[in-house]
This record gives sequence, structure tokens and C-alpha cells, in this order.
Amino acid sequence: MNPLIPLFVMIPLAGAFLIMITGRFAVWFGRYLTTLILTVLAAFSIFSLAVTGENTAVYKVGGWEPLNGIPIGIHMVMDGFSVIVLCIINIVGVLAALYSIPYIKRYTSENYYYSLFCLMIGGMNGVVLSGDIFNIFVFLEVSAISSYALVAFGVEKNELEASFKYQVLGALASFLILLGIALIYWKTKTLNIADIREVFSTGYDRTYYLFVQILLLGGFGLKAAMIPFHAWLPDAHSSAPSPISAMLSGVFIKAVGIYVIIRLFFNMFIVTENISILITVMGTLSMAVGVFLAIGQWDIKRLLAYHSISQMGYVILSTGIGMILIARGKSPEIAALAIAGGLFHLVNHAAFKGLLFFNAGAIEYSTGTRDLQEMGGLAGSMPATHATSFIASMSISGIPPFNGFFSKLIIIIAAIMAGFYLLAALAVVVSIITLASFLKFQRYAFYNKPENKDDKKNKEVPLPMVFSMVIMGILCILLSLLAFPGIRETILEPAINILTDPLKYSSLITGS
Amino acid sequence: MIVYCLCFVLFLTGLYGVLTRRNLVKIAISLSLMECSLFLFLALIGYTEGGIAPIVDPADPVKNYVDPLPQALVLTAIVIGLATTAMLMAVIIRLYRKYGTFDIREIKELRG
Amino acid sequence: MTTIVKKTTQLMAGLVFLYGIYIIIHGHLTPGGGFAGGVIAAGSFILIILAYGSDFIRLTRKEHGSTMYENLAILIVAFLALSGLFTGACVFFLNWLPRGTTGELASAGMLPLYNIFVGIEVASSIVTIFLALVIFKEEMSE
Repeated sequence: MNPLIPLFVMIPLAGAFLIMITGRFAVWFGRYLTTLILTVLAAFSIFSLAVTGENTAVYKVGGWEPLNGIPIGIHMVMDGFSVIVLCIINIVGVLAALYSIPYIKRYTSENYYYSLFCLMIGGMNGVVLSGDIFNIFVFLEVSAISSYALVAFGVEKNELEASFKYQVLGALASFLILLGIALIYWKTKTLNIADIREVFSTGYDRTYYLFVQILLLGGFGLKAAMIPFHAWLPDAHSSAPSPISAMLSGVFIKAVGIYVIIRLFFNMFIVTENISILITVMGTLSMAVGVFLAIGQWDIKRLLAYHSISQMGYVILSTGIGMILIARGKSPEIAALAIAGGLFHLVNHAAFKGLLFFNAGAIEYSTGTRDLQEMGGLAGSMPATHATSFIASMSISGIPPFNGFFSKLIIIIAAIMAGFYLLAALAVVVSIITLASFLKFQRYAFYNKPENKDDKKNKEVPLPMVFSMVIMGILCILLSLLAFPGIRETILEPAINILTDPLKYSSLITGS
Repeated sequence: MIVYCLCFVLFLTGLYGVLTRRNLVKIAISLSLMECSLFLFLALIGYTEGGIAPIVDPADPVKNYVDPLPQALVLTAIVIGLATTAMLMAVIIRLYRKYGTFDIREIKELRG
Repeated sequence: MTTIVKKTTQLMAGLVFLYGIYIIIHGHLTPGGGFAGGVIAAGSFILIILAYGSDFIRLTRKEHGSTMYENLAILIVAFLALSGLFTGACVFFLNWLPRGTTGELASAGMLPLYNIFVGIEVASSIVTIFLALVIFKEEMSE
């Protein structure tokens, strides 16, 4: 048992409450404690990524050993897939915490901000590590409630309205998830994901579980903002403070939405063709509609938020293709390729979307506006922001040699090899529209200087913000190495193996 | 079976309230109603015919108890529901202060 | 509030509080426990504040105090949970205290401790939520 596993949850939770106590006397304490906590967690997660590999570490909370082969007590599971998402959460988290140090000084009550930030990290780590559906629900709510508060952090009209909308839809999502969990428990009398899988392999009531699957897809789809459920995302992500937008868009919708969908539908339910077609259709819709909604936006953060929907569509689309191939039971290597493309795009999206929101925050910090029509000519005055946002824009549009190119290429190749030519063509078209949208962003923000504007000098943002942006930019380039053989086998391969082999996860945990 | 269906009816009643009411506080009440229906459903799942409360009697530990796990789940879910409701009410009070109304049709700064 | 309400509250609040404490410390033996008992104990505080009223500044000061208790209690719970990691077995949430005999008040190892601190946490957090909402309302009427 790896004793680090519970610390991923407990350190940020304890830190959050410690900040609440000491923040009353010393405001600086929260700032540095959050950065310290997240640096430690990022180091832990990289260490776990290095040691996990093909192994699966199971941590039995409270030392409750299985009785007659039936797991009792809560299991925390760390395998190849969860460790990748854990790395995303903690590395983007440490950069967002650093970025917050100058950015959040404009707001009052900084200690509440850092406390909620730690709480959100703890909740997300808990979702990713738990091997128990009810535990997933609990940690999801911990992170969701803190994100509601963080979206409303500015307490102005827009923020409160966005937060209200987000809370109502988030609450509906939680009820759907809870109903799904209750229905699963009713039939199987267990909550452990691996054990549920064992029960399913003895007898599986297709229509009953189709209903449960649709409930869970609705619930987690709302959290992940897939297209019929996307209404809250542009408001919430554009109203939050910029580091929180980066966390919500880059990490939150993945950790509590996409991760759980992939985990439950691959490792808990038996993959059936109709549900995988539904997931693929939702992914395609998200990909196509998201980008068309994005192209008319003039508010930078709303534009980026709509692109999040579209890019998440790529991830869902390619994992859906993988699911269809697994359900049909043929060409497992193409299924593995499709899932690899999805996971790779998941990692890449965290890097470039986090960076883009950091850039949007830097522009807002410096010019005080989020409207693209009111800014212009920032290329000279903000060189670091300009350079990093150029990297991120090219990366999200899929221009070589940045990371987005390789993941989109893998997704498109997998779609062609699986025979979905139309989807492959659509992915290319969406990528081109994304490029157009980001060229607009580049042109209006950095080059096009309006004549009637007085020549007031916008300064570059403070050093910690520049540092976070530069590190993210370097990550955007370095992550493209994941596509090459050698590195791909060590990092992506374990995750793909655990997802493609339907019985591997449950057999590794229950040991049968 | 009828009790389970009644839970579902209560759930749908709450959903109807969320979808049709225009008042922020009434939306919050409808959400609480949906939540309560789920708690009821979870508690009913653990019921076994003729079961007694799961308090272990040291003299005779093997009796026909009802399933205690859903009760623990309901307690956890109630705690979460409390936090969600408190958060929602706080935001509603703040919204009232900014807009001076509880009517959701008046609160439409964010469009597009 | 009227004298009747004030006098009844005076008589009842202590009993309600004691009942909450009873529920908390018998959490490992009977139904209830930290959360249920904490809510009952918080009820007595809320009853007193509702009956006697309080001015704005006193309320904010009370809120600071209850926030502090809440955070301290939850930190102690976290520490108790982590204390299992420092024993030989390195297990989180390990019940490493002696169990005692089933059915006695001082038994079940760590569970009464968890119940007591969770009770304090819940009581103070519910009082905090109540005070925060009251303070919002008071601020609004100014």
C-alpha cells in the first residue's frame, strides 16, 4: 500500500482549514501555504507517475480487509489512468496558485480564496483517487461547492448570476448522480466499482442499467458541460477570477466530468453499443456546436469557455469511438489508438487552455477589459503574454510542432482507421474553424491598434504571473513528446491498458 | 413498489418546480424537495421485510436487521445537501441585494 | 420577543443542548452521532439568538468565534484520522485505540472521539451559517 494516497486528499483539506484560522492574523500565510502545499502535491504526483506504471495501488481506508472476497470499507485506487489526471490537477494547480499571488490582491478576503482553492484541489484529488461510487459523489460535491463559491468570488451582478445558474444545474446533476448510485446499490448491494463489475459479470439486466447509464451520463455530462448540458459553462468560466477559470476549464471539468465518465463506462459498466453510440454523438455535437458558438464571441473569456466545450468534444468523441470498437469486439489496436488520442488530448487541453486563461487574465489585469474590440496593440507592451498566447493559440488550433497537433492527428487517424470518415472530416473542419477563431483573438488583442485610442502604456504583468505562463508554454511544447514511442509506452500505455481490457481493473482490485 | 413510485413522483414535482417557478427562493425550495425525495428513496432501499433497527445486541448479534449502509449514505447526503442549500441561499440573498428582486426574469445580465 | 417566548427559551435551551450532547457521546451505541447531535446542540444556540435578538456587532463577533471553533474541530478530526498513519500499520483512519467491551460508554476505540469533534464542528458550522445569513440580512436593511 502506497501511504501517499490518502495524503493527496488530506493535505489540501487540512491546509484549507489551517488557512481559515491563521489567515485572520496573517494574510500572507495563505498565499505561501497554498503554493507550498501544491508544490508538495505536484512532486508527489510526479513521483507516483514514475512508480505506478502498470501496477495498481489499492489503499484500504481504515484497514478494512475484504471479507470472503467482498470488499468492505472505502477503497482508494491509484492506477495508470488516475495518476495522469492527478498530475494534471496538481501541476496546473501549483501554477494557478503562483499566478494568484499578484492577481488576487485586487480582491478582499484573500484567505477565503486560498482556503476554497485548497478545498477544490482536495475534492478533485479525492474524486480521481476513490474506487467507490458514493465516495466519488462526496468528493465531487466538496469540489463543486467550493467552485460555486469561487465563481461568485467577485460578488458583482455577473458573478452572482453565473454562480446561481451553475448551482442550480450543478444541484440537478448531483441529484441525477445520486439517483443513479441509489439504483445501482439497489440491484448490486455494493458500492465498490470493482465489486460492481464482478456482480455485473454474473448477471446484467440491460434495460435497467441502460436507464442508470443514461442518468449517470446526464449527471456527469452536466458536470463536464457536454453540449445539451452546456448552458452554465460559458457564464461560470468567464465570471470566475482568471486563475479559477484556468482551474475550472483546464482541470475541473476533466477531473469530475470526463474522468468519471470514462472510468465508470469502461471499468464499471459492461460496454454496450447503444450507449457508446450515444456518447460518440454527444462528443460530436459538443465538438461541432461548441466551436460555432465560440466564433461569434467578443469577450475573451467567453470565447475560451466555448472552446473548452469544443475541445472536450474531441476527447469524448475519440473515447466514444474506442467504446464502439470495444463493444463490437473487433480491432482492439484501433480502439487503443482512439483512447490514446482522447487521453493525450485531455492532457494537452489542460496545458493550453490553462495557459490561454492565464493570458486572458493577464490582459484583463493590465488593460482592465475583456472585450476584444476595446484592446489592441498589446504585442509591444506585453511580450511574454504575447509569446505564450501565440504558443497556446497555435497549440489549440493543431499547428505542428505544438502538442495539440499530435493529439488531434491521433484522433483523426483513429477515426479514419475505424471507418468513421465523416467524423474525421468534421474534426478537421472544427480544427480549421478553431484556428480562425484564435487568429481573430491574436489579431484584435495583440496587433490591430485602433486609431482613436490614446497611447497609454500597458505594462507587462508581475513576475509570478509571467513565470506561470512561461512554464505552461514550455509544457505545451514538451507535451508533444508524449506522442513519440518510448515516452508514450511509459505514460499513456498503462492507462490505455486499464481501459481497454474490460476485466483488468476489477480483477486487479478484488484479486480474483 | 408503490412507495418507490411515490418517491419518483416527488422527484418530478421538484423538477417541475425548478423548471416553472420564477422566484429564486421557490427554485431553492424545489431543489430541496428533489433532494428529500432522493433521501427517502435511499432510505427505502435498505428496508427488509420485518427488519429491526441496526443496533447490535451483544447477546444475540445475528438478527434480521435492515441494511444500515443506505442510512449512512443518507446522512452523508443530508450533510452535503445542507451545504448546498446554505450556499444557494447565500447567493440568493446577495442577488437580492444587487438586483432588488427575486424574479428570475429580471436577472439577465449574461446573454450570448 | 415577548416574555413568554423568552422565558420558555430560557427553560428549554439548556435541555436541548444537553440532549444534543447526549446524542453525540452515545453516537457509537445508539442511532445518531456527531452530525445529528451537533444539529440539535446548534438548535439551542439558534433558539437563544432568535428569542433574545442581538445587535449587529455582537453577531459578527460571535460569527468569528464559531468559525474558529469549526476550523479547529475539523483540524483535530483530520489529525485523528492522520494519527493512524503514524502507527506501525500506516493505515489512514485506523482505529488504534483499545476497543473495550461492546455496549459500554467508553468503548469502540476512536469512534467516540470522532463523534465528539464532528459534533463540535457541525454545531459551530450550523451556527456560523445561521449567523452569516442573519448578518447578510442586517447589512441589507441598513
